[in-house]
Amino acid sequence: MLPIITLGLPLAASIMVLFLKKKQIVKQFSLVLSVIIFITTLFYYPFFYNLTSDLPIKITDTLLSFSMDGLSYLMLLLTSFASMLIVATSFIENQERSNIFYSLFFLTIFALTGVFTTQNSLMFYIYWELALIPVYFMCGFWGGKGCEKITIKFFIYTLFGSLIMLSALIYLYVKTPYPHSFNFEVIYKVVLSGSEQSWIFWAFFIAFAVKIPIFPFHTWQPDTYTVAPMSVTMILAGIMLKMGVYGIIRLMLPITHLAMIQWGGFASILAVIGIVYASIIAITQTDIKRLFAYSSMAHVGLLVVAAFSMNKIAIQGVVFQMLSHGVNIIGLFFVAEIFNVRIGSQKIGNMGGIAKIAPKFATFFIIIMLASIALPLTNGFVGEFLMLLGIFQTNFWFAILAGSGIIFGAVYMLWLYQRTMYGKINENISSFADLTINEILIFSTITIVILGMGLFPSSLLNIAEPTINQILKIN
Amino acid sequence: MVSMENNLNILLLLILLFPLAGFLFSGLFGKTISKLVVGILASTAVFIPFVFSIILAANVSENVISLRLFEWIHFQNFNISFSLMADPLTALMLLIVTGVGFLIHVYSIAYMQDDESFSRFFSYMNLFIFFMLILVISSNFLVMFIGWEGVGLCSYLLIGFWYGDHENNNAAKKAFIMNRIGDLGFLLAIFLIFTTFNSLEFSTVFANASQMISGNSTIFWITLLLFIGATGKSAQIPLYTWLPDAMAGPTPVSALIHAATMVTAGVYMIARSSILYALAPEVLGLIAIVGIATALLAASIAIFQNDIKKVLAYSTISQLGYMFAALGVGAFTGAMFHLTTHALFKALLFLAAGSVIHSLGGEQNINKMGGLSKKIKVTTFVFLIACIAISGIPPFSGFFSKDEILSSLFEKNPLLWILGIIGAIMTAFYMFRLYFLVFKGTYRGSEETAKHIHESSKIMIIPLIILALLSIIGGILGLPEWMGSRHFLQNYLSPVFKNSSQILHETKHLVISEEYILIITSIIGVLIAIVCSWFIYLKRYKVFDAKIPVVFRIFEKKYWMDEIYQFLFVKSTLWLSDFFYQIVEIKWIDAIVNGVGVLVVSTGRRLRYIQNGYTEFYVFMMVLGIIALLFINFLIR
Repeated sequence: MLPIITLGLPLAASIMVLFLKKKQIVKQFSLVLSVIIFITTLFYYPFFYNLTSDLPIKITDTLLSFSMDGLSYLMLLLTSFASMLIVATSFIENQERSNIFYSLFFLTIFALTGVFTTQNSLMFYIYWELALIPVYFMCGFWGGKGCEKITIKFFIYTLFGSLIMLSALIYLYVKTPYPHSFNFEVIYKVVLSGSEQSWIFWAFFIAFAVKIPIFPFHTWQPDTYTVAPMSVTMILAGIMLKMGVYGIIRLMLPITHLAMIQWGGFASILAVIGIVYASIIAITQTDIKRLFAYSSMAHVGLLVVAAFSMNKIAIQGVVFQMLSHGVNIIGLFFVAEIFNVRIGSQKIGNMGGIAKIAPKFATFFIIIMLASIALPLTNGFVGEFLMLLGIFQTNFWFAILAGSGIIFGAVYMLWLYQRTMYGKINENISSFADLTINEILIFSTITIVILGMGLFPSSLLNIAEPTINQILKIN
Repeated sequence: MVSMENNLNILLLLILLFPLAGFLFSGLFGKTISKLVVGILASTAVFIPFVFSIILAANVSENVISLRLFEWIHFQNFNISFSLMADPLTALMLLIVTGVGFLIHVYSIAYMQDDESFSRFFSYMNLFIFFMLILVISSNFLVMFIGWEGVGLCSYLLIGFWYGDHENNNAAKKAFIMNRIGDLGFLLAIFLIFTTFNSLEFSTVFANASQMISGNSTIFWITLLLFIGATGKSAQIPLYTWLPDAMAGPTPVSALIHAATMVTAGVYMIARSSILYALAPEVLGLIAIVGIATALLAASIAIFQNDIKKVLAYSTISQLGYMFAALGVGAFTGAMFHLTTHALFKALLFLAAGSVIHSLGGEQNINKMGGLSKKIKVTTFVFLIACIAISGIPPFSGFFSKDEILSSLFEKNPLLWILGIIGAIMTAFYMFRLYFLVFKGTYRGSEETAKHIHESSKIMIIPLIILALLSIIGGILGLPEWMGSRHFLQNYLSPVFKNSSQILHETKHLVISEEYILIITSIIGVLIAIVCSWFIYLKRYKVFDAKIPVVFRIFEKKYWMDEIYQFLFVKSTLWLSDFFYQIVEIKWIDAIVNGVGVLVVSTGRRLRYIQNGYTEFYVFMMVLGIIALLFINFLIR
């Protein structure tokens, strides 16, 4: 039953929304649907929060090649929660043909749900590609200036990455004993030589590196985040990039273990370069969304270094941080969009002194900012602490370099906050309305999650525990 | 007895809850109720913890009161709990934080009464107390780190309290970032501690560490990294330049955060980890050197500053340097003693300076003051008391604590003692320079301001008087042996430092005649300094009125450290940011990507006829293709 509900609801939502006409009704209906999806996901929490068993609890369905363990469940929790936030925040925007927009949105959610729950490498690939297509259209039709060119770049770039992954998946299929199988469990057991592992490692790595993105495969990302409609940017940064990190944990760690030892250090170096590089670039950005884009790139760089450390504590941190980052980056892009809608500009130079006229907005912005720079008691701290601790146990230098991200993070975030919220009120701003009730509700939800996850992280860490043990034990 | 202890550990939780509730209340509802109510409630939220602290202080000794609130970061085989504890060292810090904190809260009710963001101020102040208390009553390194970063956040918010002016915001940002550099050191130390001991609980770590041998390289790195953290928070070389800028915040903030409590967190942290440091003699040596160097450097700058708060800021850095020097020679009690007396007289100095600034309508330049003693008598009187206390003249509190540090320095190395005496002489010199320039001589400000000079209200004066009394009698906490009495603080803290002093096993102990010589030397030096100061700044002020001699420019310009840091770190980072973005990102990486793209597109033109622009079609074809491929594969097998 669960597989049908989990996969079926977003798909059904995607179709149902199409038949609605009025914009307001489309939005409200979408919100109701996304809340239902989140609540049904939440419903399974007690089932996975099982402290007595060491073995991973799984819900499987062979027909749909559906499988949900702790890791998948957490990813679904993120997907459903984030999609609820995204629909709620999209109320401040005004899309033409909104029924098609939300239909595409739910189609993406359906595909993402598929990616996180499938047990079959072919289905994994199909969902992976399927997630991209609606995003491409949403970007192209509802995006800002210069969107088409950037959208095509984004599309070709990610398609290129995934085709390489496809070749690796097919190779793995061929390697499985007769009758061949796409099933992950079967693929995990395939014995591969060192050189085979090496090329499969790189094939996966490039696909995931483009999606996440990792330096130097990232240049599609700042452009896309900047011009795409807010909801799309939120999907990309909040959920979709986690497909890549999920892929590293689900596929690379078990399948290319030897190559990880051989090449993991090299891949980590790229990610570490990305952290420092993106953090430093973020400092002088003049467009708020572009600044957040580079900040996001720095944060996900840490996810990758931690995942490649193959250290259990670090991977716990990765899983936790995927959820934290998802919530926090959605909060940040919502902040950016509020600026955009109220001032009509994303340029930081056009802002300033807003704390004085919009104190509620200033308060919520600073809370999300503090979570983003990993202040203790926020969700950002727990993830970064566990990741850096795990990295430290495997490579001291990576920990120092990656740890510099928490210093640079403070630099660009505090400076951004100062330039937008403090100082004298910018002449360009005649009025800036403080938050509406709806916006306060959204920000309060985000705040509760930030503090809740920061204070009681174990409620999620324990869910991931058995799966991570299993993945690391396979080696 | 058991039930008694159960009741006591609940106090640890209650101590935290009151300031937290105060923060939430002032933050959420502060604007809707009268300022006086907000101020009284916020002060009460600190006073109640003060009462609890007294109860705790009276009941801790060998037995530690501890409370495990909940498992914080916890999964199989990995557990960091949110746990609190109180031992004598904690109790001492609790009394300082809540006691001085309460007086400063009361003072602020009057000081901030005309500020439109009155409730925001008190909510931040209560939040600060909350985090400072977490820092102090934590029983593991990670919970301590919560407080550590939390006080940094409050410091940021309060330095930039008047955020309309970007100068304040820059100072706030600088403080936060320099602290974060230190915090990375702290964090790395935590990683190393966890990796070594598989726990962050003080009790476990210290018990296991005391089994290790002195000079162990892991302990060396742990203590060194912790010390890096301490240099950030406690403004020591090389991370001290944020503290003078932090004076941009309201004066009560400077008194509470940047003099009495937060900046001493580094001293507390090292004293707390005394066992680890006892095992790392090299790091202790480094701490002694950094401490005494900071003490001298900051004192030499303080002599030439003309902003009343900047003088006090450099003085704070200098005094913190003394505390670190004491830690460095293993005199942990001495450091804590000086921390205590310093909290009293430095808070008093700042609050009195605030009273001066208030009466002059915001003037901070001491060249525009002078002769204020006739108009603001109480402020003058308490300021003089604080000056005498910090200069180390008996029987005021600063004398005893500084004397204890100086004799510990002498025991370790007479050279350190000489440097310490030089610092003490400079301290007396710049403090009395400040006193003479502000309160004595003739008034040098504008006529307009002169008309409005008035003594501050009672709400401000009463805390000043209480602090002045404490600054006078604070010395009884640690009366030295040569006076034939027991050292109260030494006794009280002995359970905490027992193990570390065993490891360090002090061999040399000064005979009483040596003590007398040291004390007399320092008193004579200080008195000469005061006379010189009087001669230069009061008697012959006119001679010195002109420009500062060229030789002294280096002190006046603070050794150009700000400019050097600006060039080395700020400018270079901004340049690098531009270079990465404009050149590497756009001209190199993206150009290559686009080049490949153009190549693909031009090839694609030839295949144009198959291309119809529908992406679904492509994917559909692709999926079909894959299925066909797999089918073929299946047939071949």
